[in-house]
Amino acid sequence: MLRSSFVRAHRISSTATAAISRYALRPNGNTSIRRSLASSASTVAKAVESDDGLSIETHTDVQAANKEQTNIRTASNSIKSTTDGISSGTTALNHAYRENTGYGTRPIYLDMQATTPTDPRVLDTMLKYYTGLYGNPHSNTHSYGWETNKAVEAAREYVADVINANSKEIIFTSGATESNNMVVKGVARFYSKTKKHIITTKTEHKCVIEAARAMMNEGFDVTFLNVDANGLVDLKELEDAIRPDTCLVSVMAVNNEIGVIQPLKEIGSICKKHKVYFHTDAAQAYGKIPIDVNEMNIDLLSISSHKIYGPKGIGALYVRRRPRVRLEPLLSGGGQERGLRSGTLAPPNVAGFGEAARIMKTEYENDKKHIERLSKKLVDGLLANDHTNLNGSALHRYPGCINVSFAYVEGESLLMALRDIALSSGSACTSASLEPSYVLHALGKDDAMAHSSIRFGIGRFTTEAEVDYVIKAISERVKFLRELSPLWEMVQEGIDLDSIEWSGH
Amino acid sequence: MRSSMITTRRLYHPKVIEHYTNPRNVGSLDKKSKDVGTGIVGAPACGDVIKLQIQVDDKTGIIENVKFKTFGCGSAIASSSYMTELVHGMSIDDAAKIKNTEIAKELSLPPVKLHCSMLAEDAIKAAIKDYKTKRNSTVLH
Repeated sequence: MLRSSFVRAHRISSTATAAISRYALRPNGNTSIRRSLASSASTVAKAVESDDGLSIETHTDVQAANKEQTNIRTASNSIKSTTDGISSGTTALNHAYRENTGYGTRPIYLDMQATTPTDPRVLDTMLKYYTGLYGNPHSNTHSYGWETNKAVEAAREYVADVINANSKEIIFTSGATESNNMVVKGVARFYSKTKKHIITTKTEHKCVIEAARAMMNEGFDVTFLNVDANGLVDLKELEDAIRPDTCLVSVMAVNNEIGVIQPLKEIGSICKKHKVYFHTDAAQAYGKIPIDVNEMNIDLLSISSHKIYGPKGIGALYVRRRPRVRLEPLLSGGGQERGLRSGTLAPPNVAGFGEAARIMKTEYENDKKHIERLSKKLVDGLLANDHTNLNGSALHRYPGCINVSFAYVEGESLLMALRDIALSSGSACTSASLEPSYVLHALGKDDAMAHSSIRFGIGRFTTEAEVDYVIKAISERVKFLRELSPLWEMVQEGIDLDSIEWSGH
Repeated sequence: MRSSMITTRRLYHPKVIEHYTNPRNVGSLDKKSKDVGTGIVGAPACGDVIKLQIQVDDKTGIIENVKFKTFGCGSAIASSSYMTELVHGMSIDDAAKIKNTEIAKELSLPPVKLHCSMLAEDAIKAAIKDYKTKRNSTVLH
């Protein structure tokens, strides 16, 4: 019930007006407030109509987006009518661009690894810190500060609870990228007098890889571990790579592109045995797979709020207290967050993050069941097409992240054919570049395969009808693009593509 | 002003989308036939392969039929589709003179996609070359 009403709210209206109508609909709400909110909602609508969608806030507005879509479509229609066309095309793509799909005008959102929609319950929690409760949580001389500080500490408890940590071990940051930088640079710099070596893997998120590269410029040795064809690190290789001067092992929990889960517990015990700090980037894993920092011997763990239906712009770092992990802070300042991360916390974000973490824990079983069911359906449906395969281990994976290669179809053209579905051919950070995915390369996939991969993300608010639509759309359009593909034709003729000498560019 | 904002925000021009959703002259000709020239350019590893085939009237040198198949991004598909429209009915000498800038201009390709139009130019040249070698070898016999 909640799920369907939420999805509808997102489709029909922007989040802000949805929130307003939610408040306006409260039965025991104050009438004057209700009236003022209702009038503000109508002014929002007016602003959109009169302003032709030029103001900066309206591009997130559905009405403005619709208007824009209509402009584009009428533009392309006028071209269509002028070219009388030696047409040989099919109609397979037409509904990707048609005006009214009957499902609303926004694409189906299946890019949950890039970010997740904010849970309306999270937004409810956040709103009061934008209105009445505006105190600086670090002001301890008056009640404004005390009340927000109380909310921050409550949120810290919720965030810690998910990974069985103590709330004092949670440091709020701006997000997982900051947390990862803080660990790789901070730990390395703190121990730089005696330790000069960092171990990480080739499939890490860019921020870990780049932070490690930055430490190479500061005179550190970095070992980038290989992964096998399933995307998993070899524990023997990891243990062999540890040297007496190794200060940190950083291995991500769930890969953002292929969803593979690394053996955290085993890595943790290896690190404990050799007395090396173990950091894991759990941006994609936190709240989605069971993590216990004590059982798994994790010393540092990065968390992102917007991957768990929380607000963007906030994350956290778990830093073990016993035995204490020392790190040099990136930011100098007032010494907030145990002196590790100076700067005033944003109470709306912190409270929203806390609420998102609380919901992740209370709804864990439901989410898990829902995502596993839809994931199985999607994987089975997609792999029913010829020459498709799942990238990464089929066993050790988070079901909400599915990466599939469609051989002989180019990824970007497939995404273009799937305009009614929001997907990515890799991580959002690198989708602007034309480079094939380095993660798939590390798995030993060739360029052609890496170019034809698409990532599907399933989350709490994905519905079964959406999955059905996606399976049907993908099958149709892969077929259309293969009809267009000379490589597919050669394969059908029995030509081995590797035997051809390609001219290259 | 509004429309210019849209085109800068979006990667693809409406003309590219139009060619992509409704590509002209998709298909294959008999590559063993003497009056058919085939050009295959690009590489799967780079993410773009264009196969362009022309059927030429031996006497007049006019391209009577043209077909393509493309593995690549939307711009590559649109470039080759537009190229087939251009060369249909043209003499092979004129077709060889088509420059990639002509395609890029028509489709308003952004700089990162210019290589798609170059690939389309290479494809027609390769097809013409293939046709000429085939014809010369038959003449010698």
